[in-house]
Amino acid sequence: MSEERSGAAILVECLLRQGVEFVFGYPGGAVLPIYDELFGDHRIRHILVRHEAGAAHAAEGYARSTGKPGVVLVTSGPGATNAITGIADAFMDSIPLVVLTGQVATNLIGTDAFQEADTIGLTRHCTKHNYLVKDPAHLAATIDEAFEIATTGRPGPVVVDIPKNVQVATAPFSEAAAQRPRRYRPRTTASADEIAEAIDLMARAKRPVLYTGGGVINSGPRASDLLREFQRLTGAPITSTLMGLGAFPADHPDWLGMLGMHGTYEANMAMNQCDLMVCIGARFDDRITGRLDAFSPDSTKIHIDIDRSSINKVVPVDLGIVGDCGTVLEQLISAWGDRQPLEIADWTARIAEWRGKNSLAYPKRKGAIMPQLAIERLFALTRELDPIITTEVGQHQMWAAQHFGFVRPNRWLTSGGLGTMGYGMPAAIGAQLGNPGKLVIDIAGEASIQMNIQEMGTASQFRLPIKVFILNNEYMGMVRQWQELTYESRYSNSYSDSLPDFVKMAEAYGWKGMRITNEADLDGSIEAMLAHDGPVMVDCLVSKEANCFPMIPSGAAHTEMLLYGDMVAGTMDDEAKALV
Amino acid sequence: MMKIQEGYTERHVLTITVDNEAGILAKIAGLFTARGYNIDSLTVADITEDHAVSRITIVTNGPPPVIDQITAQLERLVPVHKVTDLTERGEHVERELALVKVAGRGSSREEAQRIADTFHARVIDDTPGSFVFELTETSDRIDSFVAEMREHGLVEAARSGVVGMIRGAEGA
Repeated sequence: MSEERSGAAILVECLLRQGVEFVFGYPGGAVLPIYDELFGDHRIRHILVRHEAGAAHAAEGYARSTGKPGVVLVTSGPGATNAITGIADAFMDSIPLVVLTGQVATNLIGTDAFQEADTIGLTRHCTKHNYLVKDPAHLAATIDEAFEIATTGRPGPVVVDIPKNVQVATAPFSEAAAQRPRRYRPRTTASADEIAEAIDLMARAKRPVLYTGGGVINSGPRASDLLREFQRLTGAPITSTLMGLGAFPADHPDWLGMLGMHGTYEANMAMNQCDLMVCIGARFDDRITGRLDAFSPDSTKIHIDIDRSSINKVVPVDLGIVGDCGTVLEQLISAWGDRQPLEIADWTARIAEWRGKNSLAYPKRKGAIMPQLAIERLFALTRELDPIITTEVGQHQMWAAQHFGFVRPNRWLTSGGLGTMGYGMPAAIGAQLGNPGKLVIDIAGEASIQMNIQEMGTASQFRLPIKVFILNNEYMGMVRQWQELTYESRYSNSYSDSLPDFVKMAEAYGWKGMRITNEADLDGSIEAMLAHDGPVMVDCLVSKEANCFPMIPSGAAHTEMLLYGDMVAGTMDDEAKALV
Repeated sequence: MMKIQEGYTERHVLTITVDNEAGILAKIAGLFTARGYNIDSLTVADITEDHAVSRITIVTNGPPPVIDQITAQLERLVPVHKVTDLTERGEHVERELALVKVAGRGSSREEAQRIADTFHARVIDDTPGSFVFELTETSDRIDSFVAEMREHGLVEAARSGVVGMIRGAEGA
C-alpha cells in the first residue's frame, strides 16, 4: 500500500528507516517544510547548533565515536556554504555523513534567487557523492542510496540538495524499501593470491613494521581486535597515524607511538629502516612520509586499503590489496595459521635503542606549566574513565596525540586531513550525544576554540556535560613554532591578542569556568572539572614558548628528526618552505 | 631560487561509461581540474536506447603513475561504471571528426579540392567561394589536413575530439 506524502514527510520517514537518532541542524527559509515535519515528532531529536559548521563537525563527532552516520540538516545558500568546511573535513578523514541541504524551488534555480547557492557545484569535490532531488518520487531511493554510499566502502560525506517545492509536493510513499539499482559495490575482500603473497613477504621479514591508520577505525571495532590478534601472531612492532590512534593499545610493549611529523623517534626510525612495511588503512600522507625520496628506502611495501586510488598515489608499493581492513586482517590471520611469531630479536633490540632516546621528553620550566605535563596529568586522572577526547588543530592536538595514551578505538576524534581549527567543541557535542554518560573532553588551544565558540550555547541547551580543556599559550602555537623554525622568529600575526576571559565567557553561557595558573593546582583543578556535573571550560595557562617535538621539519627525511634541545631557530631554503 | 619543474608525460585515451545523470560531466571535468590532470580532448554522448548510459572518451597526458591515478580516481566516482585505458590495453582504433571551412577562388580553390581528395575528405557544403569539408580520421591526419588548408584559405575548423575502441571482438 502506498499513500501520497509530501517530500518533507517522505524524507523524515526515510531517516527513521535508516535508524537516525539525531539530526544536527539549523533552520532557514528553504528547509521550513522539513522543520515543520520535525515539529512535534519525537522519534528524531533535532540538535540546534549555533552555526552550520558546528552542525557538520558535531555530526562528525557523533559518527566517529559511534560508527553510525551523522546527519546534518541546513538551509540553502549560507546554510550550505557554512557547512562546507565540515563536509570537506569529513571527506578528508573518511567520516560517514549525510548532509541534507535545502535549495530554492526548482523554478528559481539559476535565477540568483534569495539564499541560492549552487550547492551541488560547490560540494562536488568535497563529497563522496551528491544529489539534487527534483521530484519527491525520487526522494526515498535517493536517501537510501545516500546512506549506503556514506557508510560503505571508504566512508565519506554525501550531500542531498532538496529544493523547497520538492519538500512540499507529494508523491506516493510506501513502507517497503524503495526500488533502486545497486550500483555501488566496493571491493572488500582480498584475493587468495594477494593474501598468500602478503603472508610470504611477512614470514620472510627480518625488520617488519605495521603502519596503521584511520581505515582500521572506520572498519569498525572488530578490525581493531583483529589488528591486535595479527600483531600478536606475528610479533611485529606497530605504529599508527594520527587518525588511527586507539586501534592498537598505547600501553603495549610493541607499540612504537604515533609516526610522522610529530611522531616518536622509534616509530619514524623503524619506518625508515624496516625491510617490510605493512600499511593497513593509511594513505602515505605528506605528514607521514616527510621527504618522499628518502622515505623508507629499503623496504618492501604492502598496502591494504579499501580505496584503490589510495594505492600507489604517493608511494609506489610492491603489493597493493584493495579491501576492507577488518576483512583482509581476518584473511591474513587465517592464512598465518599456526606459524610462529617472527624471530626479530635484532630488530627489536635496535628499536629499544631508539626508544631509549625518549623522544617525547620535554624540559621543565620554572614558573610555567608545560603543556605536555598538563596533558599527561589529564591522561593520568581520566584513564580509568575511558574518556572520548576531541581536539582542535595545532600544537595542543599534537601534544594530545603524543601524551594521551589511547587503548580503544573511537575514543580519539581529531581533524587530521583537513586540519580544521574549530572542530573539537562541536565534535565533543556530537560525541556526548552519541555516548551519554561518557566523559568527553575537548583538548583545545586558545586560538582554535574561538573558531566555533558559539557552540557553547548548544552544549548548554542540550545539557551536555562536555569539558573543554584549553592549553592557553597566547599564540597560534604551531604557526609560531614554524615561524621560529623557518622565518627567523618573525611572528607575523600569530599572537592571540585581545583574548576573551574564558572563565567569564563560560559563566555567561551557564557553564562552569575555571582557570589554572600554577602547576601545583593542576591535579586539583582537573579533579574539580571532572566532578562538575555539567559543561566546564578550563583555561589552563601554559608556557608561552613550549614547542612540539619531535619534529620532522618541512622537506626533511625521517632520519632528520629534531628533538627537544636541538638547535632549531633559523631559516629554510625555498624548496623546504614550499613543501609546507 | 625555486623553479616549477615539468616531468615526462605520456598520451593516453580513456573511455569511461557512466550513468547519464545531471552533473556527471562537471564531476569528471572537475576532477581533472581539481587534481591537476590534463584533458587534451573530451567527447560524450549517450549510447543506450533508454539514454541511461553515456560513453565519455578523454585524451589525457601525464607521467605513468598519474595516468594510473586518473583511472583510480575516475573509478571512485559513484556514477562511473567502468574506465578502460585504451592505450594501456594496446591495439585500438581512434577517430576524430573534423569540419573544415575553406574560402577562395581560382587556383587556390582547386588546390584545396585536390588536397581534400588525397585525404578522402567529403565536401558537405559547396558555394562558388567556399567549401566545408568533412574528414573522419586520426587526430594526426586531421592536424596535417588543417595545416595544409591553412595555406589555402582556411576560415575555421571544428573538431569532435577523439573516440576510440579496442580492436577485435572484445568490448571495452
